[in-house]
Amino acid sequence: MALKMVKGSIDRMFDKNLQDLVRGIRNHKEDEAKYISQCIDEIKQELKQDNIAVKANAVCKLTYLQMLGYDISWAAFNIIEVMSASKFTFKRIGYLAASQSFHEGTDVIMLTTNQIRKDLSSPSQYDTGVALTGLSCFVTPDLARDLANDIMTLMSHTKPYIRKKAVLIMYKVFLKYPESLRPAFPRLKEKLEDPDPGVQSAAVNVICELARRNPKNYLSLAPLFFKLMTSSTNNWVLIKIIKLFGALTPLEPRLGKKLIEPLTNLIHSTSAMSLLYECVNTVIAVLISLSSGMPNHSASIQLCVQKLRILIEDSDQNLKYLGLLAMSKILKTHPKSVQSHKDLILQCLDDKDESIRLRALDLLYGMVSKKNLMEIVKKLMTHVDKAEGTTYRDELLTKIIDICSQSNYQYITNFEWYISILVELTRLEGTRHGHLIAAQMLDVAIRVKAIRKFAVSQMSALLDSAHLLASSTQRNGICEVLYAAAWICGEFSEHLQEPHHTLEAMLRPKVTTLPGHIQAVYVQNVVKLYASILQQKEQAGEAEGAQAVTQLMVDRLPQFVQSADLEVQERASCILQLVKHIQKLQAKDVPVAEEVSALFAGELNPVAPKAQKKVPVPEGLDLDAWINEPLSDSESEDERPRAVFHEEEQRRPKPRPSEADEEELARRREARKQEQANNPFYIKSSPSPQKRYQDAPGVEHIPVVQIDLSVPLKVPGLPMSDQYVKLEEERRHRQKLEKDRRRKKRKEKEKKGKRRHSSLPTESDEDIAPAQQVDIITEEMPENALPSDEDDKDPNDPYRALDIDLDKPLADSEKLPIQKHRNAETSKSPEKDVPVVEKKSKKPKKKEKKHKEKERDKEKKKEKEKKEELSVNAVTAPKDEYEDAKTEARGEEDDAEGQDQDKKSPKHKKKKHKKEKEERIKGKKKSKKQPPGSEEAAGEPVQNGAPEEEQLPPESSYSLLAENSYVKMTCDIRGSLQEDSQVTVAIVLENRSSSILKGMELSVLDSLNARMARPQGSSVHDGVPVPFQLPPGVSNEAQYVFTIQSIVTAQKLKGTLSFIAKNDEGATHEKLDFRLHFSCSSYLITTPCYSDAFAKLLESGDLSMSSVKVDGIRMSFQNLLAKICFHHHFSVVERVDSCASMYSRSIQGHHVCLLVKKGGDSVSVDGKCSDSTLLSSLLEEMKATLAKC
Amino acid sequence: MIKAILIFNNHGKPRLSKFYQPYSEDTQQQIIRETFHLVSKRDENVCNFLEGGLLIGGSDNKLIYRHYATLYFVFCVDSSESELGILDLIQVFVETLDKCFENVCELDLIFHVDKVHNILAEMVMGGMVLETNMNEIVTQIDAQNKLEKSELYLQHLWGSRKEGGRTKTSLLQAGLAGAPARAVSAVKNMNLPEIPRNINIGDISIKVPNLPSFK
Repeated sequence: MALKMVKGSIDRMFDKNLQDLVRGIRNHKEDEAKYISQCIDEIKQELKQDNIAVKANAVCKLTYLQMLGYDISWAAFNIIEVMSASKFTFKRIGYLAASQSFHEGTDVIMLTTNQIRKDLSSPSQYDTGVALTGLSCFVTPDLARDLANDIMTLMSHTKPYIRKKAVLIMYKVFLKYPESLRPAFPRLKEKLEDPDPGVQSAAVNVICELARRNPKNYLSLAPLFFKLMTSSTNNWVLIKIIKLFGALTPLEPRLGKKLIEPLTNLIHSTSAMSLLYECVNTVIAVLISLSSGMPNHSASIQLCVQKLRILIEDSDQNLKYLGLLAMSKILKTHPKSVQSHKDLILQCLDDKDESIRLRALDLLYGMVSKKNLMEIVKKLMTHVDKAEGTTYRDELLTKIIDICSQSNYQYITNFEWYISILVELTRLEGTRHGHLIAAQMLDVAIRVKAIRKFAVSQMSALLDSAHLLASSTQRNGICEVLYAAAWICGEFSEHLQEPHHTLEAMLRPKVTTLPGHIQAVYVQNVVKLYASILQQKEQAGEAEGAQAVTQLMVDRLPQFVQSADLEVQERASCILQLVKHIQKLQAKDVPVAEEVSALFAGELNPVAPKAQKKVPVPEGLDLDAWINEPLSDSESEDERPRAVFHEEEQRRPKPRPSEADEEELARRREARKQEQANNPFYIKSSPSPQKRYQDAPGVEHIPVVQIDLSVPLKVPGLPMSDQYVKLEEERRHRQKLEKDRRRKKRKEKEKKGKRRHSSLPTESDEDIAPAQQVDIITEEMPENALPSDEDDKDPNDPYRALDIDLDKPLADSEKLPIQKHRNAETSKSPEKDVPVVEKKSKKPKKKEKKHKEKERDKEKKKEKEKKEELSVNAVTAPKDEYEDAKTEARGEEDDAEGQDQDKKSPKHKKKKHKKEKEERIKGKKKSKKQPPGSEEAAGEPVQNGAPEEEQLPPESSYSLLAENSYVKMTCDIRGSLQEDSQVTVAIVLENRSSSILKGMELSVLDSLNARMARPQGSSVHDGVPVPFQLPPGVSNEAQYVFTIQSIVTAQKLKGTLSFIAKNDEGATHEKLDFRLHFSCSSYLITTPCYSDAFAKLLESGDLSMSSVKVDGIRMSFQNLLAKICFHHHFSVVERVDSCASMYSRSIQGHHVCLLVKKGGDSVSVDGKCSDSTLLSSLLEEMKATLAKC
Repeated sequence: MIKAILIFNNHGKPRLSKFYQPYSEDTQQQIIRETFHLVSKRDENVCNFLEGGLLIGGSDNKLIYRHYATLYFVFCVDSSESELGILDLIQVFVETLDKCFENVCELDLIFHVDKVHNILAEMVMGGMVLETNMNEIVTQIDAQNKLEKSELYLQHLWGSRKEGGRTKTSLLQAGLAGAPARAVSAVKNMNLPEIPRNINIGDISIKVPNLPSFK
């Protein structure tokens, strides 16, 4: 029996693996769903088994089914079980399934934390690797917080395979847990120079992703990247770096200048198209950022444009596409250089590849000028007619409108032409952009007063042909145009030639087939029209005529009253009653026209799209209380150009019924548009089956909407807008030859008198005078509009959280949380609130913790110890990359652990073998603290400084400035690479009294050579306020920038801190004098240097030399170097036995090279530097440091 | 960042889907369908870039694809990736598959999607390119396979069974032979003879002898 069960389970084990499942699905093509559900049942059975192999097999199959679209979230727990299998094979299956199906909403995901941590520290690199890979796909904020420290440790793993994965995943961790960015950043930066190219590439990758979102925080890395760019041969890394520079240059034009040359060289030298392309792209970005003040500018542009032309002319479509893409970037700033390639771009419009055509279209947008707009649009119109597929045609349509309306209709000289283009576009079948055309019509008609008459005549013609539009195009958007047409005819009815005719057109029964919102506009505007007809008739004394119109209204309006659309119905019944009332009055011969037209009196002014947002909040208004339903945010979608604030037209538009309706409709339309845009499921309308005009042999035969207008020179057979092209040419010609007789002759031909020609004779083509008085009315803004450019920022941008200043020193509270044992937490003392990372500050606490724990819980001790070791591993200080490249990271962590043990009281020293290492360890430890600016050095405010053990060199770079009974000032001076000749002085103020310190001011006496950067407008003698107050016992840091002219000698500045100390007894005014000592070392910036570059530097012979010798030094060479590195900002280039070369660079770019040798008790330092004074000052300082050793 | 990697065949059947952003299963299927719809209607001799579909995020994104024999390899990436670089990455991916499966064909992908995932995981991690050096990728995969073999002594979960009787059509050979125009363009990208491919990934000296399929 039992045997049978075992056998059964083994059978099942072999029952079906992934391949069988796939084969089965392929064999059950007809009833696939049924077969799969059967398989899922089997899988469920398999998951109930205890055998992990069976479970893994089941999960493997589930992963496949997930790809086919089956939800497998129900198996999440089983997946975790498989993840925790001890065998790699199963673990990998588990992690793969998790990476495919887990997401932030998966509730069991929190159960994985410990498993993942265990896998991350697994001795097998593949266990770690697979955990990292899986985690990268499903990391959540909680996981990121809990595991950040473990992953950071892995960034220094011995195996490059793990290092590169750990580096990459940090990006995901940063995204989910932005607090981890600052503590992890120094190590990430270190990895940029990792000896393994894979790790280096990963670090570049991560920093590029980070910098792309918040470039300004990464400017300080520019020199390092610059070095990488000039030294790297890996194209993949090069491309990333070059792309990064593209993002950085807009913020730092000087960087751009530096880049141009190496990039140009790369462009000339590289044979890789991808690299060439990215170089061109970045050069373009540089040129954009420099847009002025570069003499050899044009050469670079020419080079780019020329290279791009080669790409575009290439037969490879990919290169052609990319060439056009890059060209459009140049276009923005240097349209002239692109315009000369118009031929090429127009040629691309005919390409068979739609992607390429779209790119070419983008380019056209920027190539128009007043001169060629008509010509280009004409070309596009022919493309519209030829285009296959609605998508491309719609794209063309929007492009035409974009091109014409860009920058407030800047390039349109003849609005009659534009209106006719819009009217022509209404002939497009199946377009989705009816509302766009309508919006343009409305915008132009409202904002260009001179065009209203013409617009009205065109619109009335459109209304007249409404039957055509309404019948065939109801389902697609073009009927939206009627909305605009009806409104324009109604609003500007005084311009109508035959208002009666139009009125009848608007009251046709067919109208009721239109969508509701359009009918509503019809109804409303019929009344406006009616009012104006009434007025005309009454003024002419045609009482019968007036009554006839009223009768027409009474007859026709009921068809709208029956409408199913509420809006239409309501308006229609309201108006019907009104008209009936008028009819009664008319019967009594009462003049009504005045009163009726009074309903629609007043001028409409366009309102800026963002006007509503900019209304300042009046005092005392509670905006949190809802008055009505909230408005949608649609304004921000609007891309119409913002008008300049206009003084005369500040009054708010009068609310009128028609306008309210307008707004309501527009808003709804907007909302719909936005909804469609945001709705990922919205699929564009499929190509319309009928394309009526497509079969026509040519443009000439396109049936023109019959418009009976006062349009002159009707060339038979030509579409309307073409006439304007001709007319315009003639007009311009005429303008040029104003004095010519022919002008008069032509003018006679031109029967239309209403055309207003600019009387200005213009010779320059660029200043072509517009045909109409283009009085584009600026859009209204509310009074006291708030100037704000915040509109475009998306508050939900996940990358905003990563906008973190990375140069600021690390505060204690920012350290990554470390998993602590529960016991430790219960015995928490108040100062332990802050997660402890720094060794120094940790030491006493740890003792305490340990001690308590011992008393409390002896059994758990072993486990606890382990945990603590782990946490110590995690905080291993950033290592000196040059030395540690060879050292095994694992070993080092052990060392760190040993060291820690060592620091604890002797009773905790358990592992004796560690003791033996002691000597070595200490040397190491110190060397690890070398890089200043790393979290260790910078983040160690002095107030944490517990008394040092003798063997350790002081860690803090902060030195005492001054102190009295109230306050202690310590300061650190750092050079900044971004600004030549500037140093930042960070002053930590610690309140030692029981009073509150406030009103603190720092006044420093400037010298000729060193000046403090003060806020604008304050004089040299004014104090600079300290931006905080200090409650008792609190310390805080303030930073000040000083500009130094000559950095070759050290100098001192006198200063005073004045403050008010306030306690219960009262307040006193206090002062503390101090002396800021700018040592030459503080002008140095730790700059890594490779030995080959170092050798080259020494060989160059440009450096002057000097040396010092100090005797009686007992300190080990290792510690000595550490001291020099730490206090004098050097980095070790190379070390051989007791001899080391070191390098540093000043903020003004001096190179300083040192050769440090130790023999017996004496140390000699030979220095070479590009400035001899600087060198001797530096060596003096160094001598002082060494003498203390 | 790479947003998603999709492999599907000429009929739109998914062979591998890897999303680096969370989507529900339904959305994933919809994305695959839509992407297939976009990609499949394109001619062979048009460019390999497509402005992203509606489903997979926004205007910043692009679809970059290659078509080999019966399979489409589609990468959806944002603007931080180099277009030509990704094209090469796809090529590296396919060549790696070719090495690991010995003349890879669609059937290999059908029956061993898990292995394909494992290979992909060595190239792209969490949407970022991890490794572009084919040698390195293959080394890691081989080492993992060895580890796996040592672990599995009883169960043969990992396809020692052969897919009976079918002749394999290698993707790479068919892909290149089937579309001569494409091959020409690919070679041009790679700038033969100096550098084997336009992204000179990793160490040149290791790289060169590494392209058997282009001889």
